[in-house]
Amino acid sequence: MKPPAARAHRDMILEVANLTMRFGGLTAVDRVSFTALRGEITALIGPNGAGKTTLFNCITGFYRPSEGAIRLHRPGALPVDLHRLAGYRIARSGVARTFQNIRLFPGMTALENLLVAQHNTLMAASGWAVGAVLGLSRYPAAERAAIEVARRWLLATHLLDRADDPAGALPYGAQRRLEIARAMCSSPGGPALLCLDEPAAGLNPRESEELARLLLEIRADGTSILLIEHDMGVVMKISDRVVVLDHGRRIADAAPAAVRSDPKVIAAYLGEEGEEE
Amino acid sequence: MTQASDDRSGESRGGLNRPPLPIPRALRDAAIAAAIAFGLFAVMVGLRTEVSPTGALVLRQRWAEVAMLCGIVFAGRLALTLWLGRRALRPTTAPGPWAVRLQQAGRFFAPALLAAALVLPIVSGGDRYLLDLGILVLTYVMLGWGLNIVVGLAGLLDLGYVAFYGIGAYSYALLSTHFGLSFWIGLPLAGIMAAFWGVLLGFPVLRLRGDYLAIVTLAFGEIIRVVLNNWVSLTGGPNGVSGIPRPSFFGLPFSMSGEPDTFAGFFGLEPSPSHRVIFLYYLILGLALLTNWVTIRLRRQPLGRAWEALREDEIACRALGINVTVTKLSAFALGAMFGGFAGAFFATRQAFVSPESFTFIESAIILAIVVLGGLGSQVGVAVAALVMIGGFELFRDLGEYRMLVFGGVMVVIMILRPRGLVGTRTPSVALGEKRAIGGDLVGEGRG
Repeated sequence: MKPPAARAHRDMILEVANLTMRFGGLTAVDRVSFTALRGEITALIGPNGAGKTTLFNCITGFYRPSEGAIRLHRPGALPVDLHRLAGYRIARSGVARTFQNIRLFPGMTALENLLVAQHNTLMAASGWAVGAVLGLSRYPAAERAAIEVARRWLLATHLLDRADDPAGALPYGAQRRLEIARAMCSSPGGPALLCLDEPAAGLNPRESEELARLLLEIRADGTSILLIEHDMGVVMKISDRVVVLDHGRRIADAAPAAVRSDPKVIAAYLGEEGEEE
Repeated sequence: MTQASDDRSGESRGGLNRPPLPIPRALRDAAIAAAIAFGLFAVMVGLRTEVSPTGALVLRQRWAEVAMLCGIVFAGRLALTLWLGRRALRPTTAPGPWAVRLQQAGRFFAPALLAAALVLPIVSGGDRYLLDLGILVLTYVMLGWGLNIVVGLAGLLDLGYVAFYGIGAYSYALLSTHFGLSFWIGLPLAGIMAAFWGVLLGFPVLRLRGDYLAIVTLAFGEIIRVVLNNWVSLTGGPNGVSGIPRPSFFGLPFSMSGEPDTFAGFFGLEPSPSHRVIFLYYLILGLALLTNWVTIRLRRQPLGRAWEALREDEIACRALGINVTVTKLSAFALGAMFGGFAGAFFATRQAFVSPESFTFIESAIILAIVVLGGLGSQVGVAVAALVMIGGFELFRDLGEYRMLVFGGVMVVIMILRPRGLVGTRTPSVALGEKRAIGGDLVGEGRG
């Protein structure tokens, strides 16, 4: 296993340094450091309660970390200190996320969900609502462009024929895909980093397969992915790098094959006497 | 109704063409209903305290009346059960058969309603009572549409909406009596003033959610009323502000003198007091339609969509980079502004404002209009205002019993249509055909 410091800094998209998150006396995330490289799928795995989702919530601004730093490195731009930004600003700087328990807008159609994701672009085009109410802006053209973006992602997630159905009425697997599509629409040209919290949870093997293909397509499009997942089949197949957390600490950070045979990881998953593996 | 009867209805819920319940079960069901009725009526009707001729308090018992009421409930329930098999009384938020038909007719229904509103002054032949009622209904339609932005679209439960109505009314009243500003200058100022207070209230309050937001807005409504009541040097206290100038027709006053610089004189009409009423009617119609137009336009735009998304899921909005605070504030301010416009209209129509007009019951009525009409539905709110305010007038002959009728109607509507008259949501944009979304999927907002 290569120490993280030795990895090339210039290709970094996300840098997490000594991140600690305490809730009262409980330390959910304990001095975790890792980096995610640009154009890679970095998986974050660990047993239940290891602090994966807490770490996610720190990265995406839902929690403010107690200590440590999270930096987003975008090519040709200064690094952004995510740990200092308000939640909605993190999304604007190019970090999109999905949720462990799906959070769509159930009463709005799939298409509307994807248009809400493009709110900031559309809002600027509508002259902060005033212009478009009076009919004085380039809003209609911007909306047509936004619908085009939405249509592209609906096509990529095989949801085009359900575009006008309410999101809450879609089957479970389709809702998972729609949430990913919505995250992908949230920044013009696609987000720099897509954070997925257990996207394969509750999917059948065929749907998991499709999901893996979709994630590889997204990676090929230039969006780096940070992935929490329990489905080891998906993780081992598509990840370029795997970070393992246990009890809030990082216990491994390596390529999938190396992680699979790491005795510490096996011990964490199977208990201390993990030799049976 | 009770646990036992619910279970039974649950097991018979399966088939579509269920046979009516067998008579013994129907009898038992009716007996349960009668027992519950007895529990309610025994104390409410059966026992009555009265002052005897000697001045002492005596308890009069009216068991005959109780027995009669329970009998009515028993017979009614039995008839209903046998006739309908208890199917028709199941609450539903799905688009029912008549809702689908209404939607098909909706293309004509809303324009028909608008046309009726437009021609009312002409066909009424200057009937003062009808026009005054029309003005009252339209005022509540406008207030309902204004509150619909806050409650129906953004999902923020505002129990103190009347505060903004009051701020608008007093703003115009004071500006016109102290500085002699005309209605057309006072109107936007009143709206801006109300919006300003909406933002001021919103900043500290909008981090609260659901019930807590409702309580704080309720308190805000009361604070405004108490301040209006006690700041005697500015607002005149309980005496209110009187002598508010009547609106003029773009500078031409409505007067009976028939001079050339009055409305009647300028247009060569016979001076008539109904001119002003007709003008006021069209004025509030125009203001209400402005509210409607802005809301409809905004709904199809990012801001309106963000409001609805906020109602559906605030956390997801934050993850998509939507500034939740600003979005909520904009809904609050816009709703307050239209409340302020309506308030300014109220002041100029009455020529007198006092804190008594802005009590909590007004907030409750406006909120009831929005909820009965269906959160977020423009046509539903208009119909609900017509039914509630107009219907309330219709039952004027019933005296104090009209509150009873009113309450009963509200209970029935809420039982049968828990999401209001129009509980469905129409998508703001579609690739193909826009299909209504059932109310069971649409969020109600948690503040």
